[in-house]
Amino acid sequence: MKLRISHETVYRYARPIRNLVQSLRLTPSAFEGQKTHEWLIEVSGGIRGPGFRDGAGDWIEGWTVRGPAEEVTVRIAGRIDTRDTAGVLRGHRETIHPMVYLRDSDATKADDALQDLARQADGADPLDLAHKLSHLVGDRIAFRPGVTRSGTTAAEALALGEGVCQDHAHALISLARARGLPARYVSGYLHSTIDGKAHDAAHAWAEIHVGQLGWVGFDAANRCCPDERYVRLGSGTDAADAAPIRGVALGTGAEELDVRVQVEEMAQ
Amino acid sequence: MSSYNEMYEGDRVRDPYARLRDWVETMPDDFRQMKQAEAEALFRRIGITFAVYGEGGDPDRLIPFDMMPRVFEQAEWRKLERGIKQRARALNAFLRDVYGRGEIIRAGRIPARLVYQNDAYEKAVVGVVPPRGVYSHIIGIDLVRTGKDEFYVLEDNCRTPSGVSYMLENREIMMRMFPQLFRGNRIEPVDQYPELLRRTLESVAPAKCRDRPTCVILTPGHFNSAYYEHSFLANLMGVELVEGQDLFVDGEFVYMRTTTGPRRVDVIYRRIDDPFLDPLCFRPDSMLGVPGLMDVYRSGGVSICSAPGAGVADDKAVYTFVPEMVRFYLGEEPILNNVQTWTLWKDDDYRYVMDHLPQLVVKEVHGSGGYGMLVGPKSTADEIEAFRAKIQADPSNYIAQPTLALSTCPTFVEEGIAPRHVDLRPYCLCGDRIELVPGGLTRVALREGSLVVNSSQGGGVKDTWVLSE
Repeated sequence: MKLRISHETVYRYARPIRNLVQSLRLTPSAFEGQKTHEWLIEVSGGIRGPGFRDGAGDWIEGWTVRGPAEEVTVRIAGRIDTRDTAGVLRGHRETIHPMVYLRDSDATKADDALQDLARQADGADPLDLAHKLSHLVGDRIAFRPGVTRSGTTAAEALALGEGVCQDHAHALISLARARGLPARYVSGYLHSTIDGKAHDAAHAWAEIHVGQLGWVGFDAANRCCPDERYVRLGSGTDAADAAPIRGVALGTGAEELDVRVQVEEMAQ
Repeated sequence: MSSYNEMYEGDRVRDPYARLRDWVETMPDDFRQMKQAEAEALFRRIGITFAVYGEGGDPDRLIPFDMMPRVFEQAEWRKLERGIKQRARALNAFLRDVYGRGEIIRAGRIPARLVYQNDAYEKAVVGVVPPRGVYSHIIGIDLVRTGKDEFYVLEDNCRTPSGVSYMLENREIMMRMFPQLFRGNRIEPVDQYPELLRRTLESVAPAKCRDRPTCVILTPGHFNSAYYEHSFLANLMGVELVEGQDLFVDGEFVYMRTTTGPRRVDVIYRRIDDPFLDPLCFRPDSMLGVPGLMDVYRSGGVSICSAPGAGVADDKAVYTFVPEMVRFYLGEEPILNNVQTWTLWKDDDYRYVMDHLPQLVVKEVHGSGGYGMLVGPKSTADEIEAFRAKIQADPSNYIAQPTLALSTCPTFVEEGIAPRHVDLRPYCLCGDRIELVPGGLTRVALREGSLVVNSSQGGGVKDTWVLSE
């Protein structure tokens, strides 16, 4: 698919802030499923800082805004060609050993219920097992916005039985690790859900490392593997670690956030 | 268990201690008491009252200072020095490797799990090669002695080993109180340490640094138990002591706020732990660090000493593989031995240790400061059984070692002078060169028979002499 993406994040501060520093993981991954043609990152009033590719293969870019500023906008605009690789992250250059992704974080720690659930899946091989775990998560956690928060853990989401893509991804990561499969959180965009409805928000899914095949994506929320409708940005051990934007500013007031994402298919 | 007394060879006083023996024997009791009081007053006045090695405890408590120096002959020291430098080279080679291709793991010489699932392994710095390939710039290597030529490494400290201010102060105070001792003995100096440390830090400035590098010491603040040492070293090196809030990231670099405006910082000697360095990379709630610091570091805009992630080389489980690192990276045989170590996640080791608890020392893999450990021969049956239950709950969290007959040094005690057990921490500096000042910090277990030298458990410190030829 040829996709045009625009993504705007507006921060509004009750009192002006100074010295805002951000670390952005907002550039599409380079692998066989994605070819980026144009990609602009702009932070209003900001200075572009260091940019580098990290050990996970993600492009990281630092920005600073000296301020004072009452409003800061992080604006992404780009064009990208995507291709279905059946979820396999083929041709992605990264150097972190997969075993690192067996380490748990608070968000993905498996409680007894998650451990029990992990044992219910039965796979002929790691790939088959990963598919089954993904289905289990889809069965046990219904998609329902508004019931979970950004800090909700996999264990809490399973207990609730409801959540959003972040919760599905956390739960799947938790199950995979419980079965000895390295797993990680992926953030990105989604053009449309499988029934063709437009998806106007950032998206997230899980990747599981399955031996020879390497990293394979699983979107438990949508019961599929990422295909050409998906745009992959970056990864981490959990949502906080993989966050597309991390930032800290000097300031004392409240902060308001407004996010707009548009993923459109361009005419051929 | 009989211990090696470093002062004697059989009944004969060894040469390095001969003059000291005369000094002690001719010293009147009241003079000794007066001098001991004077030493304490000096330490108090300087304000050096922190717990050695960040062990916590009462920050205002004075660490007892023993006036009787510990002495090494030149030949003894040369061998130790070669062994320490060899170990430091191997540890840095290991860090370079595990954050790169992981050859030692591919070669099957160390289990992947111990490295990649280690809490101290930082995935954020995989592939980042710091200037000169050095990750750990100040390595504190804890040594014990069990015989004339028998030294063992107890542990390596690759992150931010503390205690070096004691090494410097012990010497300073001894020279002030007993100048005649330093006229009569040819003792190698240690006071070049701050200058060597500064040169080491400057030698690992990033390639983007054009002028003479600006170095700073980053402290968590005055409530930290080693704050005195941070300010002491900053002062002696002539560099700024800063807290996280004094630094900020702007564009591609890190700057320090000064009265004359921002000044770019090239090298940060940090005395705060990895998780607190940068809320944008590690713990998001940390107020001690500098937001954005890790992005600048990872893109080569600033050097951090020790490098984030260096801790993976010094945990007690990885420790057992350091001799293997020496062979693998340097193609040499280790000069300094490890203490035999049983790792409790191995079934055979587990069974052996559980059958021999009363004879062994058992430690937590990530423990420090002499806490969370069992000294079998010094424990009651109840204490041993309580510890057994802790091990059973989580065997992989423990290692065990034989109880070593630590050497003793003559030490001033109530009744006069008596042997007490000691260890040694030399501080090895790694930059463009590997440097080591002669000696280090000797800790002494002041309680009779005690093998625990930690200041939190009744340990004191001594000046450590290396005699020149």
